[in-house]
Amino acid sequence: MNDQTPTAVERAEKLQGLGSKRKRVEDARFTQGKGNYVDDIKLPGMLFGDFVRSPYGHARIKSIDKAAALAVPGVVAVLTAEDLKPLNLHYMPTLAGDVQAVLADEKVLFQGQEVAFVVAENRYVAADAVDLVEVDYEQLPAINDPFKAMDADAPVLREDIKDKMEGAHGPRKHVNHIFTWEVGDKDAAHKAISEAEVVAEEMISYQRVHPCPLETCGCVASMDKINGKLTIWGTFQAPHAVRTVASLITNIPEHNIRIISPDIGGGFGNKVGVYPGYICSAVASIVTGVPIKWIEDRIENLTSTAFARDYHMKGRISATSDGKITGLDCHVLADHGAFDACADPTKFPAGFFNICTGSYDIPAAHVTVDGVYTNKAPGGVAYRCSFRVTEASYFIERMVDVLARKLDMDPADLRLKNFIKKEQFPYTSVLGWEYDSGDYETALDKAMKTVDYTGLRAEQKANREAFDRGETRKLMGIGVAFFTEIVGAGPVKNCDILGLGMFDSCEIRIHPTGSAIARLGTISQGQGHATTFAQILASEIGIPADMITIEEGDTDTAPYGLGTYGSRSTPVAGAATAMAGRKIRAKAQMIAAYLLEVHEDDLEWDVDRFQVKGNPESHKTMAELAFASYNQAIPGLEPGLEAVSYYDPPNMTYPFGAYLCVLDIDVDTGVTDVRRFYALDDCGTRINPMIIEGQVHGGLTEALAIAMGQEIAYDEIGNVKGATLLDFYLPTAVETPAWETDYTVTPSPHHPIGAKGVGESPNVGGVSAFSNAVNDAFAHKGLTHTQMPHDHWRVWKTAEKLGLNG
Amino acid sequence: MIPGAFDYHRPSTVAEAVTLLADAGEDGRVLAGGHSLIPMMKLRMATPETLIDLRHIDELRGIDENGGTITIGAMTTQAEMIASGLLADVCPILRETALQIADPQIRNLGTIGGNVANGDPGNDLPALMQALDAAYVIAGKSGSREVAARDFYEAAYFTALQDGEVLTAIRIATPPAGHGWAYEKQKRKIGDYATAAAAVLLTMSGGKCASASIALTNVGDTPLFAEAAGAALAGTDLGADAVNAAVAAAEAIAEPAEDGRGPVDFRIKVAGQMVRRGIARAASRAS
Repeated sequence: MNDQTPTAVERAEKLQGLGSKRKRVEDARFTQGKGNYVDDIKLPGMLFGDFVRSPYGHARIKSIDKAAALAVPGVVAVLTAEDLKPLNLHYMPTLAGDVQAVLADEKVLFQGQEVAFVVAENRYVAADAVDLVEVDYEQLPAINDPFKAMDADAPVLREDIKDKMEGAHGPRKHVNHIFTWEVGDKDAAHKAISEAEVVAEEMISYQRVHPCPLETCGCVASMDKINGKLTIWGTFQAPHAVRTVASLITNIPEHNIRIISPDIGGGFGNKVGVYPGYICSAVASIVTGVPIKWIEDRIENLTSTAFARDYHMKGRISATSDGKITGLDCHVLADHGAFDACADPTKFPAGFFNICTGSYDIPAAHVTVDGVYTNKAPGGVAYRCSFRVTEASYFIERMVDVLARKLDMDPADLRLKNFIKKEQFPYTSVLGWEYDSGDYETALDKAMKTVDYTGLRAEQKANREAFDRGETRKLMGIGVAFFTEIVGAGPVKNCDILGLGMFDSCEIRIHPTGSAIARLGTISQGQGHATTFAQILASEIGIPADMITIEEGDTDTAPYGLGTYGSRSTPVAGAATAMAGRKIRAKAQMIAAYLLEVHEDDLEWDVDRFQVKGNPESHKTMAELAFASYNQAIPGLEPGLEAVSYYDPPNMTYPFGAYLCVLDIDVDTGVTDVRRFYALDDCGTRINPMIIEGQVHGGLTEALAIAMGQEIAYDEIGNVKGATLLDFYLPTAVETPAWETDYTVTPSPHHPIGAKGVGESPNVGGVSAFSNAVNDAFAHKGLTHTQMPHDHWRVWKTAEKLGLNG
Repeated sequence: MIPGAFDYHRPSTVAEAVTLLADAGEDGRVLAGGHSLIPMMKLRMATPETLIDLRHIDELRGIDENGGTITIGAMTTQAEMIASGLLADVCPILRETALQIADPQIRNLGTIGGNVANGDPGNDLPALMQALDAAYVIAGKSGSREVAARDFYEAAYFTALQDGEVLTAIRIATPPAGHGWAYEKQKRKIGDYATAAAAVLLTMSGGKCASASIALTNVGDTPLFAEAAGAALAGTDLGADAVNAAVAAAEAIAEPAEDGRGPVDFRIKVAGQMVRRGIARAASRAS
């Protein structure tokens, strides 16, 4: 060794492994407009599909006349349910055990429902022909209020299953009922509440919103009639699952189906499900023998593919008079729309809603969820969250605030008093989850100190006095939120989708010259997998991240996995990556032992090499070992250096965080100004701090959008009110406040590198923080709860009801 | 979101445009910045068979002031209005209002003529033109005529513009030096139409309001010239009673529809707030 020899620290830095703020390798193409999205795919002879959609929320189809459309030059076909029936494809299975009409069968059940699929030479001809398909409807009364869905005289929505009173999740109570899901000890929870010194009760609604990715859903389906192979490029968050489902419903053998997810412009859950556009494109390609492209426009995206939330949560929470929570009870009415197309693990019809005890040590709890059909679009996906976790987190974070008002306690103090303590982990919640690790008190304490919480409350007191003296027309609100996510679905023993266990996978090949390719069963939609998975591997196998290609999204090349949603990529596929890397290293160690003529046990790993213990000069780098694996005949070892890992996680991971929001409300206009937002996240081991920060910024911006403006609303007859970006609130840089981010690190004890996942945390925690702040601004005037979204008019109405504006 | 088929023309003179428009008949439309018409075409709510693009007619562009009259060519973009040093000096409310229209990309293409001639009650410039008492210069087959902005708007998307006519310029009497101005707009986000907005112009003399002119955006089928609101201020010292009277007069004529921006009562009250704040800001700027 001389003074030019890099130290271990210098060598580690060069790898850009765990903890490196490595720049995103994806950005070179995205920032130059060189991404390759599904709509960039152009194949010879490709035709275009476009839908005739229902203008009504609920109507009977009396007839469909295709003649005028078919007469348009360039129109190749017009498909209706009648054409799909012989193939038994007029309905398709949903991820939730229901069926969904691919093309409306005798009835339409929501505005925007797919009625006919026009195939034409180009988009313009297709759009012209869509206008010429004559559908004769008889309008029927619609259900837009889930609370009226199970009325005795409610119209029957799903005639196709009206006699099937045994649903996918047990018996149905009403023809418009989907399921009842019950968790927890009802008697214990009710006893705790009835005997409690203090009980707070509130109806917490989480409005219907939409993930609204910048790129809408779409696909190109191409049936090669020579070799019998169907290839579908599409906006799929779970390409392997799509392949299996496609095989099951088309009877095309799975090896003859290839699903490719190219670059995806945001998913947020919108691209998990299977949509009629995919099926119709595939059928049209099979029939015509040429590729078919289908791309949604924005209105179609907002009105037909996968909404989120629409949970109406009636809660009771009880406590001792000094603020120790004793019980929680919750009934959810879940509006699932016209078909139950929720994307939840099979055994969880309400997702992981039973994480609703949150970050608190609550001794008794009970939850029931009733899902109902209404004349709205199907969906119920996890919009930048794990399954129904945002709903659960919003519920408990509002309920704790409501309880704090009732107890006349500071909401932060009430949280601190009821947190699951550090020494209680692993902690089994009364509703059945095993929290892996946490240190909540430290996190909230750090957050409160950083923002000077005491000072803020003092400022708020002064503001309220000034308001009452008529010196200001603004009220200051402080929102405290603490969340625990449950992500990384999940252990195969209790998590599957349509029978597919929710493991994930990584396959690694080391090339002779010491670079590598790794393929995974996940698919990035902006999360930066090509950057971060290479970092995990760099640290595991000592090859610089820049020399590792990450490939995802092609089912012909990638190992089987369940895709990317629910913050599962890092917890599951990230673990598979580390485990596959460790297999590589184990074989490399055997090769090194042979080359260095020592016993394996006499070697130690040092950043990028195996060295002889006590004699670091005697070593072999990973690059040398890679080459050796291709040119040395090593007794007892196969040539090559490859590994694959299928990782079945032993548990979920439980990221958490403390968020604080400070805002000012103009009571005369309802305009809210977020002046400060502090987000402390603990996602365990931090793989790339820059990407974490970016994910938190994006998630908080979506949380702002949901809390302050997003809503997919319907009128009485089932019309969607405001289905363009004029009305559907997507904040721009102007509306978005500056975010302050911070962290603590509490590694997951069961994950190979201790990482927990972070992409969705800010959406889960952020919504509560904004909403708690708005509610807090009016708390001293007697407000306990006001429903989201907190847009100008609703905030103004709240102020008006409290007599604060003139 | 795909329009039907249409013919496209790109004339280089007003005379040529007027002839093309006459030839096209009732299915012809002129195209300015396209921000109202093209989305309507994509939704197939508008299905013109002939589009006559005015963007290459040089005589329709430009801003000048002569003899106490500001003239702005109809195809002058909102970005050009914002960049105009002349307007910033002599009629700064034009710049202030233009800066509140949508976003920079839209203002680069959106024109003053398109904004005022389309009759969209959500547009910001029509109310301002009413407050300024602007006149619209209109060319047709039979020559040119002028219509006051205060007489131009009949209902949503219905204006005094006849078939075959093209708006060519806007004329505004240069406001007196020392006037106060404000365009107050509440919106949900960048790019949105106003929940309610108010244009306020006033002059002060000896501590009293000598004259005031107020108009409202997007709280009715048309822009609303709030004549009584302005009258309530004239001759007063802009004390609380006068301002309250002006606000009440503005609220009294507001007839917004309920939409995603909020219910009727809220939007009326926001209109009042915009007037109240506009008066305060205009007064603070007057000398």
